[in-house]
Amino acid sequence: MTVPALDASARPAIARGFRLQWEVAQGAFVLLYPEGMVKLNGSAGEILQRCDGNRTLSWIVADLERVFARRDLAADVVAFLELAADKGWVEWRPSAERPGAQS
Amino acid sequence: MTSVTANATGQPGLPLWLLFELTYRCPLQCVFCYNPIDFARHSRELETAEWLRVLREARALGSVQLGLSGGEPLLREDLEAVVAEAHRLGFYTNLITSGVGLNEARLAALKAAGLDHIQLSFQDSTRELNDFLSHTRTFELKRRVAGWIKQLGYPMVLNCVIHRLNIDHIDRIIELAVDIGAEYLELANAQYYSWAHLNRDQLLPSRAQLLAAEQATQRWRARLGHRMRILFVVPDYYEDRPKRCMNGWGSTFMTVTPDGTALPCHTARMLPGLVFPNVRDTPLREIWFASEGFNRFRGLGWMKEPCASCPERTLDLGGCRCQAYLLAHDAAAADPVCAKSPHHGVVVAAVARAQRANASERPLVFRRREESLARSPGDE
Ligand code: SF4
Ligand code: SF4
Repeated sequence: MTVPALDASARPAIARGFRLQWEVAQGAFVLLYPEGMVKLNGSAGEILQRCDGNRTLSWIVADLERVFARRDLAADVVAFLELAADKGWVEWRPSAERPGAQS
Repeated sequence: MTSVTANATGQPGLPLWLLFELTYRCPLQCVFCYNPIDFARHSRELETAEWLRVLREARALGSVQLGLSGGEPLLREDLEAVVAEAHRLGFYTNLITSGVGLNEARLAALKAAGLDHIQLSFQDSTRELNDFLSHTRTFELKRRVAGWIKQLGYPMVLNCVIHRLNIDHIDRIIELAVDIGAEYLELANAQYYSWAHLNRDQLLPSRAQLLAAEQATQRWRARLGHRMRILFVVPDYYEDRPKRCMNGWGSTFMTVTPDGTALPCHTARMLPGLVFPNVRDTPLREIWFASEGFNRFRGLGWMKEPCASCPERTLDLGGCRCQAYLLAHDAAAADPVCAKSPHHGVVVAAVARAQRANASERPLVFRRREESLARSPGDE
């Protein structure tokens, strides 16, 4: 999986074969994949929940800063998304693609 | 399951992983089959409505990963219905199949029902694998099935059980996996339970074979990089500490057998003196939290020496109960794979035999109905 240099207008999406969902029994977001599962901590869940392939990185950072009344989240969000892409959880949709070009 | 940690305290976790063995029927006759020796005596399969009810009960308990296996799960005509209900409930659904009996229309129906993942397995150690290695029918079948799987957008995950009789062909196996476009190849050595235990001396590879296979795997990994990932699993007989089994007894996994028996592990049924509940008459919550079968080996309280006072006991939880029973004739003993077990000599002896050119003169026992009936006491 290639991770482009993180561009604020790139749009992260949950990777093919993975599914993010809220699990009542665990009180957490989990990421499901073939024969496996990762239980996410609160901030990881908040970030991944916004990775729908349509929202841009800059939108996601701004939204998290608004919701959590913080001003300095960009570095943390980028660091987490780099890790998530490295693990194959997240893939990047290029900024050039028109919105709606993927479902 | 990766990030789930077993607890050594005996507090039951949630049955996050649910395995439905939908049927013991199977067109193949693998010599390492993990179905119980007496599978032919358990013929009354659950009805569709019963499987669907168990799905709902399990989901309410927190189950989220569902494995659908057998036997060959495709032999159940209600497989699509089970997948559809599981999907509706929020399960991540994994189908484990040999691909025998699969066609394009069936696969499309499974996809439409919400199936998340398919693992295509090589099972039969003789005919099927020989066919594959010689590029005949099985190769064509796997290639066709692999093509459909990819067309539907699934990752192509191939599993091949490795043992003494096929391990020397590891290069060819990997090459053919590349040819059919696998993205992930699991080369797991047979685990010596059930039929594989009957055939153990014929199936346990020698040290030299293992080493050569691992080296070949390394060469392919270096060549293929991310194109195809390869997992190689060594038989635990070659280790001196056991594996933590099922992430801890009754901590994460529940298997439901074709006739509705609920087990903490798909081989646990062999353990004598333990009664396992049935989903036909017992609610899943009660099975998980309150049954003797599930509570028996939870945590550390059941341990004997050398495990009871061992500093490593929270790491491996004493290993596998079925292996302890099979090799030490005591389900509460240390797993004899452990060098500290007083029964470790059994494993050492089997490994020593495996180094000889002729490890066993006995013929292989195939997983056939007649063999099953002949080897298990009947009720008639
Ligand atoms: S291991 Fe082989 S014989 Fe046993 S259920 Fe699987 S495919 Fe059938
Ligand atoms: S003695 Fe028991 S607990 Fe200790 S390492 Fe061996 S199997 Fe594990």
